[in-house]
Amino acid sequence: MPILSLITFAPLVGVAAILGLRLTGGPDNARSVERSKWIALITTLVTLALSVLLVVRFNPNDWGFQFVEETPWFAGIAYRMGVDGISVLFVLLTAFLMPICIAASWKSIETRVHEYMIAFLLLETLVVGVFCALDLVLFYTFFEFGLVPMFLIIGIWGGARRVYAAFKFFLYTLLGSVLMLAAILYMIGTAHTSSIPELMAYHFSPAVQTWLWLAFFASFAVKMPMWPVHTWLPDAHVEAPTAGSVILAGILLKMGGYGFLRFSLPMFPNASEMFTPLVFAMSAIAVIYTSLVAFRQTDIKKLIAYSSVAHMGLVTMGIFSGNVQGEQGAIYQMLSHGVISGALFLCVGVIYDRMHTRDITAYGGLVNRMPWYAAVFMLFSMGNVGLPGTSGFVGEILSVVGVYKASTWTAILATSGVILSAVYMLSLYRRVVMGELTNPKLAAITDLELREVLIFTPLIVATLYLGIQPNSVFSLTSSSVDHLVSVYQAATAGAL
Amino acid sequence: MDPKLLVTVILFGPLIGAVVAGLFGRRIGDNVSRGVTTGFLFLSAILSWVVFSQWTWGGLEPFTVTYAPFIHVGSFVSNWSFRLDGLSAVMLVVVTSVSSLVHLYSWGYMADDPSKPRFFAYLSLFTFSMLALISAADFMQLFFGWEGVGLASYLLIGFWFHKPTANAAAIKAFVVNRVGDFGFALGIVTVFWAYGSIEFAKVFPQIAASVPRGWDFAGGHFALVDLACALLFVGAMGKSAQFFLHTWLPDAMEGPTPVSALIHAATMVTAGVYMVCLLSPMFEYAPVAKAIVTGIGAITALFAATVGMTQNDIKRVIAYSTCSQLGYMFMAAGVGAYQAGMFHLFTHAFFKALLFLGAGSVIHAMVHEQDMRRFGALGKFLPITTAAMLIGTIAITGVGLPIDILGQEWGFAGFYSKDSIINATYIAGASGNGMAMFAFVVGILVAGLTSFYSWRLAFFTFNGHARWTSEDLEHHWHNRDHAHGDDHGHADPAHAEPHAEPDHGGHDHKPHESPWTMRLPLILLSIGAIAAGFFFHHQFIGAEQHEFWRGAIFTAPNNHVLDVHGLPAWVLWAPLAVTLIGLFAAWWVYILKEGLGAKIAARNGPLYVFFYNKWFFDELYEATFVRVSKLLGDLFWKGGDQRIIDGFGPDGVSAVSVQVGKGAGRIQSGYVYHYAFVMLLGVAGLLTYALLAWNA
Repeated sequence: MPILSLITFAPLVGVAAILGLRLTGGPDNARSVERSKWIALITTLVTLALSVLLVVRFNPNDWGFQFVEETPWFAGIAYRMGVDGISVLFVLLTAFLMPICIAASWKSIETRVHEYMIAFLLLETLVVGVFCALDLVLFYTFFEFGLVPMFLIIGIWGGARRVYAAFKFFLYTLLGSVLMLAAILYMIGTAHTSSIPELMAYHFSPAVQTWLWLAFFASFAVKMPMWPVHTWLPDAHVEAPTAGSVILAGILLKMGGYGFLRFSLPMFPNASEMFTPLVFAMSAIAVIYTSLVAFRQTDIKKLIAYSSVAHMGLVTMGIFSGNVQGEQGAIYQMLSHGVISGALFLCVGVIYDRMHTRDITAYGGLVNRMPWYAAVFMLFSMGNVGLPGTSGFVGEILSVVGVYKASTWTAILATSGVILSAVYMLSLYRRVVMGELTNPKLAAITDLELREVLIFTPLIVATLYLGIQPNSVFSLTSSSVDHLVSVYQAATAGAL
Repeated sequence: MDPKLLVTVILFGPLIGAVVAGLFGRRIGDNVSRGVTTGFLFLSAILSWVVFSQWTWGGLEPFTVTYAPFIHVGSFVSNWSFRLDGLSAVMLVVVTSVSSLVHLYSWGYMADDPSKPRFFAYLSLFTFSMLALISAADFMQLFFGWEGVGLASYLLIGFWFHKPTANAAAIKAFVVNRVGDFGFALGIVTVFWAYGSIEFAKVFPQIAASVPRGWDFAGGHFALVDLACALLFVGAMGKSAQFFLHTWLPDAMEGPTPVSALIHAATMVTAGVYMVCLLSPMFEYAPVAKAIVTGIGAITALFAATVGMTQNDIKRVIAYSTCSQLGYMFMAAGVGAYQAGMFHLFTHAFFKALLFLGAGSVIHAMVHEQDMRRFGALGKFLPITTAAMLIGTIAITGVGLPIDILGQEWGFAGFYSKDSIINATYIAGASGNGMAMFAFVVGILVAGLTSFYSWRLAFFTFNGHARWTSEDLEHHWHNRDHAHGDDHGHADPAHAEPHAEPDHGGHDHKPHESPWTMRLPLILLSIGAIAAGFFFHHQFIGAEQHEFWRGAIFTAPNNHVLDVHGLPAWVLWAPLAVTLIGLFAAWWVYILKEGLGAKIAARNGPLYVFFYNKWFFDELYEATFVRVSKLLGDLFWKGGDQRIIDGFGPDGVSAVSVQVGKGAGRIQSGYVYHYAFVMLLGVAGLLTYALLAWNA
């Protein structure tokens, strides 16, 4: 059974079904709209079930690619799919967040619902494709087209300044994409293959590596996003609908980190080592700079967006630390951030749906009316500040462990992020949730409803389970990560 | 019963209570929530005493139960486990005893609070975290408990979430502790890379051999063991509110008084001391770090005592007293007298919890008035509270006779532990440790100050003339619901506590004694404050110490700071002498010349102003760290992101493109199509190129 293709293209079945509904029932038929939501939800749940099956059948002792599918296409380019211990995790994360996004959009999306659901399902196919693709051309196709549904989601269902946000996103990504495309062309031309496993074994000369590394870096750094190419993210988040933010923070940002792990480290190890100080500098600046900026925000979503940039700073430094703890920390941090930042954006969505403002000063004292919401928000805030017992801690501490080995200064700066994250997160929580209920508009605000409880429950379970039992994830990733690190260390040691 | 099963029940009982009360509190009601949490705590306390007595008299051997793996990445290995040894056995009884009594006390104290299940859930959650901290077998679980108690502390300080001061204090506590944890985390990582493990059992045996090793850190080159210990100690400074990182503790008094007794006096704040003692196999080989510990401890003891003398809020006086006593404990650990530090931790838990709960009883009787200037003459109205507070005061001032009578010394709890610390600093100082000698001088001086501020509190509250009237109380009583939200500001330390007694009926507005749920803990803690030292000094610091600790505390072969043989008589008697001087001075100022204290305060001498304003630390930090981070945040945001990055980046390009096309706003999602088109072109070009490349 070609399970990877099944997972990747299962959402397209839903797309077809919703398209049929849309064409037969028209855009505003209430029954058709309702059905499209259910179709989207069921499709994503089936995809999730398939992904769980994938993880269950995954052999954690094998570091290589598994479930490989290969259909020659033309000219050496093939439809190649496969997952290792790293990518399987991202497939699962994507499949896990998608049904939550559909459920979170249930009531808040009122226009063009069919198209919205189609965009999300399409997005799922493309993102899962990114993590499964084992061919450069295939990867590039998924990677770049994955952004189109995201553009649409921001551009059509976004807030007032959605055009500006989409434009900014467009400019940044365009630059990176063009450079990466050039690099890919060069690689295929030189190595005469577009197979990712073969390219991982191919040795580019250090001088060539430098240029290729920079070209890929341009694309991945924007996706992460790393300082100073991060400014599209706060705007994109602010304008995106809630579920769009969840996917953006939860999954799309991880494509950058995944790219570093899949391409930069194994294919250009010497360049990676050479540029490590640059990455460390940019990451350390990101942690402190964006944390301080987050502290001054008055828009809740912007604050969480800046916090994302800071957290991604830890990821990039963990990846380039080049040791097992750093890589595992970075991967774990991405996984955890996918869950926690997604949940935080959903928390914002809960009150945005009720009050239609993201301005912190419009809130305050929510705990008086929304005790359950306050508890849920507290849990994810603590996850975001990396409290031990939540998933946020594991990734942070391991990243710091990894970085310390490579550079104590960077580790010190990264660790100071634990102070700053507490400052901005707790002050946000205080201003929104604590205190007296002073805004009269809040007097009738209601606590979480059943649908919202159902949305948050899997995220709460994941945050705590991943915080207490991280080893269940490490057992999945360790073979592939150990292999990645040993190959990287061998390659960089040989060059010295 | 199997001791492994016992400790498991002790550990997880409070967690079950917390989960039940926290999740189902509103469904099962106040009484069930209180009953479940308090019941589990008493069970834990009783079992803890069973384990402790088995440890002390039953010859129980140290053991570690491993429950599950936590993090295993390479050699970075941590497990969820329970480590039982002399240190954790002591902490078990301290934590569960005080916590169970505080749970009980809160039945009365929080009787009228609308959020009882939440309160009891937090208390039990705290207890679980604290137990996880003390029972850790590696640095990661230690850190888990460490930050877990920080979370509980944050939640409980901010328990009355409608009080802005409480919210601010809660955040301050969390953030300042995070500053400590910053050092702590770096210390742990240093240990990992230096010794290849974070498990105590694997790290400790390597320490002695690693003494000559150097370590590069942040551009400097340091002695490895000293560096690791110094970084770890930063964590202890935060948690135990030592000088520089102390500012959160007095503000933490915004929390309900039972919380102050449990977390901010008896248990959590002692975690730093516990950590240094636990890591004695490391600190013993770190002379520089030990000197830092001694010095910081001594400065804290002195600083907090000077501030405590001038405060008028009864809880803040006791908070500074706690800070000061923690300084003593660090002085002990710093000179190598870990046993004395742990002993003082042990006795202090009893008398400090007693003082706090006694203060709570007074506040309760005065209808949430905390300003001692509005107390006075309460002794005759509150006989049991007064007796308990007097016992606590005698215990903290360390009254006892340092001579053999019927084969041993006689005194209250604080006498044994505090005098042993002072003696140890002298012994260490006499053998050439300059920092220890400094600590000895400070220790003697602070013993006098302790006596002064403790008796000042007692006299101010229970003796003299009443500085309140029945009308005041009635007024408070009727305004108690409005008092919650009031921000009394920084200048007026008289914060109101929003609670009231359920049995307050009629119009008899005289202060009266608290319900039995509050009196019983006072009585039980009084017994501890009287006898804890007398009963256990042989085990902790005396002839039976080796048998008692059984290797949990490591002391170097040349460490003899607890050997008091041949100690000059003046050293033995000096603490008692200064204690009596302090008592006399307090009696002179607050009883004989009643009103003299107020006159001194009103004169606003520079020293008084300096002490009263806590050496201006809050102002200093506000002017530096807080202001600078706000400025930088604005600078990076508006200058960096908006002006430079966006200005030259996307906005600049956008401005140009608008100039050129004038059509940027025309198409809503036009960029999407542009983008998709470009991508399509890219893919097409790529395919073409690939075709050409292979066909060539």
